[in-house]
Amino acid sequence: MTQVSMTVNGKAVSGDVEGRTLLSEFLREDLRMTGTHVGCDTSQCGACVVHVNGDAVKACTTLVQDVDGAEVTTIEGMANADGSLGVIQQAFQDHHGLQCGFCTPGMVMSAAALLKDNPKPTETEIRDYLEGNICRCTGYHNIVKAIMAASGQDVAAMAAE
Amino acid sequence: MPKDSGIGASSKRREDVRFLTGQGRYTDDMNLHGQAYVHFLRSDVAHGLLNSVDTSTAENMPGVVKIFTGVDFEGIGGVPCGWQVTDKHGEPMQEPPHPILAQGKVRYVGDAIAAVVAETQAQARNAAEAIELDIEELPAVVDMKAAVQDGATKVHDELTSNLCYDWGFVEENKPAVDAAFEAAAHVTTLELVNNRLSPNPMEPRVAVGDYNPGTDESTLYTTSQNPHVIRLLMGAFVLGIPEHKLRVVAPDVGGGFGSKIFHYVEEAFCTFAAKACKRPVKWTSTRSEAFITDAHGRDHVTKIELALDADNNFTGIRTETYANMGAYLSTFAPSIPTWLHGTLMAGNYKTPNIYVNVKAVFTNTVPVDAYRGAGRPEATFQLERVVDKAARELGVDPIELRRQNFITEFPYATPVAVEYDTGDYEGTMSKLLEMIDRDGFEARRAKSAENGKLRGLGVNCYIEACGIAPSALVGQLGARAGLYESATVRVNATGGLVVMTGSHSHGQGHETSFAQVVADMIGIDENMVEVVHGDTANTPMGMGTYGSRSIAVGGSAMVRATEKIIAKAKKIAAHLMEAAEGDIELKDGQFSVAGTDKSVAWGDVTLAAYVPHNYPLEEIEPGLEETAFYDPNNFTYPSGAYACEVEVDPDTGKVEIKSFAAADDFGNVINPMIVEGQVHGGLAQGIGQALLENVSYDENGQLLSASYMDYTMPRADDVPNFQVDHSSQTPCTHNPLGVKGCGEAGAIGSPPSVVNAVIDALQRAGHSGVTHIDMPLTPSRVWAAMQG
Repeated sequence: MTQVSMTVNGKAVSGDVEGRTLLSEFLREDLRMTGTHVGCDTSQCGACVVHVNGDAVKACTTLVQDVDGAEVTTIEGMANADGSLGVIQQAFQDHHGLQCGFCTPGMVMSAAALLKDNPKPTETEIRDYLEGNICRCTGYHNIVKAIMAASGQDVAAMAAE
Repeated sequence: MPKDSGIGASSKRREDVRFLTGQGRYTDDMNLHGQAYVHFLRSDVAHGLLNSVDTSTAENMPGVVKIFTGVDFEGIGGVPCGWQVTDKHGEPMQEPPHPILAQGKVRYVGDAIAAVVAETQAQARNAAEAIELDIEELPAVVDMKAAVQDGATKVHDELTSNLCYDWGFVEENKPAVDAAFEAAAHVTTLELVNNRLSPNPMEPRVAVGDYNPGTDESTLYTTSQNPHVIRLLMGAFVLGIPEHKLRVVAPDVGGGFGSKIFHYVEEAFCTFAAKACKRPVKWTSTRSEAFITDAHGRDHVTKIELALDADNNFTGIRTETYANMGAYLSTFAPSIPTWLHGTLMAGNYKTPNIYVNVKAVFTNTVPVDAYRGAGRPEATFQLERVVDKAARELGVDPIELRRQNFITEFPYATPVAVEYDTGDYEGTMSKLLEMIDRDGFEARRAKSAENGKLRGLGVNCYIEACGIAPSALVGQLGARAGLYESATVRVNATGGLVVMTGSHSHGQGHETSFAQVVADMIGIDENMVEVVHGDTANTPMGMGTYGSRSIAVGGSAMVRATEKIIAKAKKIAAHLMEAAEGDIELKDGQFSVAGTDKSVAWGDVTLAAYVPHNYPLEEIEPGLEETAFYDPNNFTYPSGAYACEVEVDPDTGKVEIKSFAAADDFGNVINPMIVEGQVHGGLAQGIGQALLENVSYDENGQLLSASYMDYTMPRADDVPNFQVDHSSQTPCTHNPLGVKGCGEAGAIGSPPSVVNAVIDALQRAGHSGVTHIDMPLTPSRVWAAMQG
């Protein structure tokens, strides 16, 4: 067992882990922060996306020892300081960008990473960026709409072609 | 003006707040004190004799609590099948046992052989690898038509063959149908495959069993769409636990699409093992495990024939389908290719003579059962494809051929035993044509051609039977359960309400839409209504959520219970105002005496019910809580018209969806935002079936598509923005809300228009010999078709 320490959502945390312990396991089992979900075992579905030092990573294929000392942000850290929904979260609710909620944490974290690098993405850029996040419920239409809205763009302009 | 609350308003979903902040409570988020973990050792061969299972080394591995094999389940019932189909000779289907752990034989890759319970998941996995198996491999039965040949290897030795049943519907109609084909001016024939799919809700299945020796009570936490059904099946038929000693909880569930209806062996195992090991036992499926254990969907091989007279009127439909059951009968498997498929074969058309034959076949593959649409997509696909093919053969417009044959008068009794109460197929088709600018198609096609792409337009209609189902009818058809729904409405002293429903929400947003209905009926704020579901301990016996039944059946039960509440509240109000009960009116949460200015508020009445100081106790009981069970007297019949435009790359065969439009008739709509979201999701699944998804087995029964690296899920860049419309509304005539249900429409209605569009693109480009391509229309299949 090895000790790891890091900051998760602004709070210092540490724990004893095995070499094979994944960041997703550390968050869910050791820290009991179950907002980060695991939907596959091949790093495809993206339900586990978190931010490590500001970059979106898939926690299910990240060894926790590799992020020792890092700053980690999870879905639990995305609300405003007063507890109200953050801009992206609010846009997902306003535009019905989620149904069962299982892929949602990863979608929100990916959307946040996209908007940080590209504050006004086109619809095509959003769809391309979400290539690593699978949703089975929404058909993506309202997720794309929510991300457009969160970036301050006019969602009424979303056209069929 | 759109409404801002109540029925018809796009109220924002209250459940979203917890899902968006990581506070959802899914089954895998639970860990019970003292919990152990189970890992299932599964067969890696499709068919074999299980000569021995040696656990001696594994038992001494670190952390092992107990190892279970088939021997531990001898004398314990397997998981039952909930529907018995009677074949065309009046004989019951062949029904093999489905053991919890394999007994002497393995029958598909994924069949559970042994279960290791250990302190940690890793220790359970490690020990499972140390179990020594002696399996004598047998030839695998994979191809359905080969499986029913004389002398074929049998999946179940105790059965007479691999044929589960040979069903004819309606058998008595067959001579008249054959005569219609004899007299036909034109017959169009189409042979096709409805490809096998894996439902793939994003949350893998999880089960946690718990046992309290002090009370002798068992609890199962599970990812289920219908916890009461699991309690009944597992308690009564598998483990022999009376319902009052068994609680089943399905908390937040991350999607289902049918695959979480069924009672699975892992649920029974965890409940059994918790008692045997005297500690909670948890199983969490991996995605790879989900592909080899979650019931698959579709997998039909069909020949359909359509007869037309000289005026292009449809005169007969005749089909022959082979339907894969997999290795065992999953909970509702036998009903899917029969009663949810044959009964829909009339579609939107007045065809007088219809005969449907279905041969259900056992193979060495994962069990096949309901997946979003369940039987109805298979019926719709073959019918809408053969109609399109007929239009091309006859040189007539495919939309006009459909219109000419539309059912126009309701109620309409089909030759396949159902009666459509309402519909307006011309209405949804007209709406669709408004949406798609058909006149502009040629210009768009020319523009695509400039870019070197082949453009095509495909259209189809659909009808489905939802609001499952009248219990007396389905009982006659072989269902071993009733299909009513229930609701208890509990009004609290200060006026807030809790609705406890037997329906289950796993993405549908019932916590919001159900509250809208009750709040609207009473005239109070939606936030005064809480919806509770998913726990047999605090909801009345209900059958759960599938078959687009929640608002039509569960919603109706809730309306009936709320009506009882209002009736009693009016009595109390009459007493408080010293007026006649018949003069009391309820509006906007106020009870008033007609023709006077006397009124009391909702909260005054609810308080009086629980603080009965000045109260007619000799006439009315205190309290305000009512339960209703609702059993529908017919199915509901949503319908619609869909259109798809595609571009095909002639060099690669790649198909791109350029636009997709859906005009649906769902009857009345409670929350338009949620309804549109349901359609979007269904469309993506239908497009996935048409272009991307395919469960693939090799000839040895090895699953080739067991991960997201191999099974192509639709991604954001595979689907377009959707145009959806539900303004054509012919309300259901037999439920109190006039609703029809919307959950499956998108998945049922979309595959044929995608395929019709690709065929249209290829034929317009001169590939006139390409009349059909089997789904999924991958680049290689489309390219091969273009090469002739």
